[in-house]
Amino acid sequence: MSADIRLLQGNEACAEGAIYAGCDFFGGYPITPSTEVAEEMARLLPRHGGKFIQMEDEIAGIATMLGAGAAGAKAMTATSGPGFSLMMELLGYGCMAEIPAVIVNVQRAGPSTGLPTKGAQADMMQARWGTHGDHPAIALCPSSVAESFSLTVKSFNLAERFRMPVQLMLDEFIGHLREKVTIPAPGELEVYTHPRPSVAPGEYRHFGDGTSVGGAYAAMGTGYRFNITGLTHDPMGFPTGRTDEIRWKMDRLRAKTDDHLPELVDVEREFLDDAEVVLFAYGGGARTAQEAVRLARARGIKAGLLRPRIVWPFPDQTVADALAKAKAMLVVELNQGQLIGEVRRVNQGGTKVVPVLRYDGEIITPDELMTAVEANR
Amino acid sequence: MATLKELAARGDKFTGGHRACAGCGATIAARQALLAAGKHKVVAGCATGCLEVVSTIFPYTAWNVPFIHSAFENAAATVSGVEAAYQSLKRQGRITENIKFIAFGGDGGTYDIGIQSLSGAMERGHDMLYICYNNQAYMNTGIQRSSATPRGCNTTTSPAGRKIPGKAQFRKDLTEIMAAHNIPYVAQCVIGNWSDFTRKVEKALDKGGAAFINILQPCRLGWGYKPELTAELGRLAVETCFWPLYEVEDGVYKLNATPKDKKPITDWLFQQERFRHLKQPANGAIVDEIQREVDQRWERLVRKCDG
Repeated sequence: MSADIRLLQGNEACAEGAIYAGCDFFGGYPITPSTEVAEEMARLLPRHGGKFIQMEDEIAGIATMLGAGAAGAKAMTATSGPGFSLMMELLGYGCMAEIPAVIVNVQRAGPSTGLPTKGAQADMMQARWGTHGDHPAIALCPSSVAESFSLTVKSFNLAERFRMPVQLMLDEFIGHLREKVTIPAPGELEVYTHPRPSVAPGEYRHFGDGTSVGGAYAAMGTGYRFNITGLTHDPMGFPTGRTDEIRWKMDRLRAKTDDHLPELVDVEREFLDDAEVVLFAYGGGARTAQEAVRLARARGIKAGLLRPRIVWPFPDQTVADALAKAKAMLVVELNQGQLIGEVRRVNQGGTKVVPVLRYDGEIITPDELMTAVEANR
Repeated sequence: MATLKELAARGDKFTGGHRACAGCGATIAARQALLAAGKHKVVAGCATGCLEVVSTIFPYTAWNVPFIHSAFENAAATVSGVEAAYQSLKRQGRITENIKFIAFGGDGGTYDIGIQSLSGAMERGHDMLYICYNNQAYMNTGIQRSSATPRGCNTTTSPAGRKIPGKAQFRKDLTEIMAAHNIPYVAQCVIGNWSDFTRKVEKALDKGGAAFINILQPCRLGWGYKPELTAELGRLAVETCFWPLYEVEDGVYKLNATPKDKKPITDWLFQQERFRHLKQPANGAIVDEIQREVDQRWERLVRKCDG
C-alpha cells in the first residue's frame, strides 16, 4: 500500500490524529483560530461511528466532553484563548474527577478578545495554573503539522494512562500552517486505551486502585458503582471532610505527574552535545529557532536547540543538564516571558538566561534570533 | 412613527465605509435601529461577532454613538452595568441627560453563549433594548450551526452529506423565550421591512424598561445568494410564515403582518445555497417536515394573537 501523504494544516492534522487515536466524541464551540478542528471532527466523526456535538458555549463544550469521558468515550474539545478561559473551572473538575480527555487550545494573542487571527504562546502558565486549587497538569506543544498529528495521538494516550484531561497547546502559527504530512499506517503509532476493571462489581473502588496511573477503571453504566463529583472525595468517590482522606486524594493527584516524570519527558535536542549557546523554544516559536541554530552553525557558532514537546510537567532535569553545559540559554517565546520563569527556577549555576520574546501577533524571525545569538556567543 | 423624510434628515449614527460584505443585513439592522433611535441620546453595546468586527477596525469606526464591545457572551451584562451606573449617577445629579441603551448581538452571541447574560438583564429589568441580529449561524467564524439555524441547513458543523442531511434540529424560538420573561416589549422584525422595524425600535425605547427585538437578517455569505436579494429574502421569510412579524406588548400578542397568500416554504429555502441539498428527491421528507413545523408554529402564533 502506498503511503498516505497529504497537505494539511495543523488544525486538520490534529483532527486526523484524534481519529487515529480512536476519538469517539467531540463537544465544542467555534472560535478562531481553532474552528477547523471542530469542522473536521464534524465531518470525520460520523464516518467513524463517533459523535460530534456543537454546544452552546465553551463551558458546555468541556462539560459535555467530560461527561462523554466519564461514560467511557475517548473525548475531545478544541478552543482558543477566550474559550480556554471559560473552560478553566471544569478543567479542575476533570482533574478532580480523574476523567481522561483532550483539550486542544490553538493559542491566539490575548488578553480578552485580543488578536483572534494572530498567534501567540501566552496561555502557557494558564495551562499549568489556570484552574484553581493544586492539581496536576500535562500539556504538549507541537512544532509542525506532522507533530500536530502525532502529539494529538500522544495526548489521548497520556489522558488514558494518567486518567486526567491533557492539554494540547497548539498555536495559531502551527494550527494554520500547511505542510506535507505522511499519515501513519494503523499500528505504526501506539494507541493506548486504559484497561477496564476485572474485579467483581462489589469489590470495585473507582479511585481506590492504589495508583492513579495505568490502573483499570470503569465507565459509568457498566455495572460498577461509584460516585463522580468535584467535591474532594474518598476512594468510592463520595465527598469527605476527613483530613486523612483529603490528603490521600490530593497526594494521589500530585503523584500522577510527580511520580512519573521520566515517561513525561519528551524533548527534542538538536546540536546540543557541544552547544555553548542553547535556544530553548517550543511550538511555533521553535520553527524559527531551528533555522537560527542552522544559521549559527554555518557561522561557526556552537548553537543548539532544546525543544520540549511536553511542556507540563516542565522537564526540570533536562533543562538543568543543558544549562550546566551552556554559556547562555536563550528562551524563545511568543509572549512576554512565561516559561522563562521555569528555566530560571532550575538554573542552579551561573548560566546566563536571556529572554528573546515577541508578542505583537507575528512570529519571531531568524534574524531577530541571530542578533540575540551573536550578542550572547 | 418618524416619517421617511424625518429619518432621512437625522443623519446616520451608524455610518457607511465599514468592512461588511456587499448585501450585509447586520449593518442594515444597526443603521436602521440607530436611525429609529435618533431622537434619543444612545449608548450602544455589542457582543463579539460580525457586526463588531466589521464596524470597528482601527483607525475607523462606523459608530457615531458611544460604543462598548465586551466579550462574546455578555453584551447584555456589560450594558446592564453601564445602565445601572447611569441610573445611579442620574439619581446623584451627576448626569442630567436622558440616555437610552441598546445592545446588539448576533444569534450565536444571543441564542447560545449569551442567553444567560440576556436572560439576567431582562429579568432584572434594566432600561435597555437588546437587538439580536439573527442570521441563523456563526458567520464570523465561518458558518457554524447555532440554535437559531433552521432544520436541514448545511453549515460547517452540520455538513450536509451522505451521513447527515444538514442540521437535525429545528430552530430554538428565542422570541417566545424572551416573551416568557414578561418584560414590557418583545418583537420580531425582518430586514426588508424598514417601517415595521423603525416603529418597533421607537416603541421599545419609548416604553422604557427591558425590551428585546429579534430581527431576521439574511447573510449573503452564509445563506448563499446574490447580494441584491437580502431584503427580498427577508420579506419571503415573512410571506412563507417562516418568520412572522409580531410583537408582545405588556403580555398582549399582536400580529403585524398576515400574508394574503401564504407561500410554500420552498419559495424561501430554494433561493439559498445552504438548503440546496434539500432539492434532491431523497430529502423531500425533510422539506415536508420543515413545512409542517412552519405551519404548526404559525398556527400557534395566530391563536395567541387572536386570544
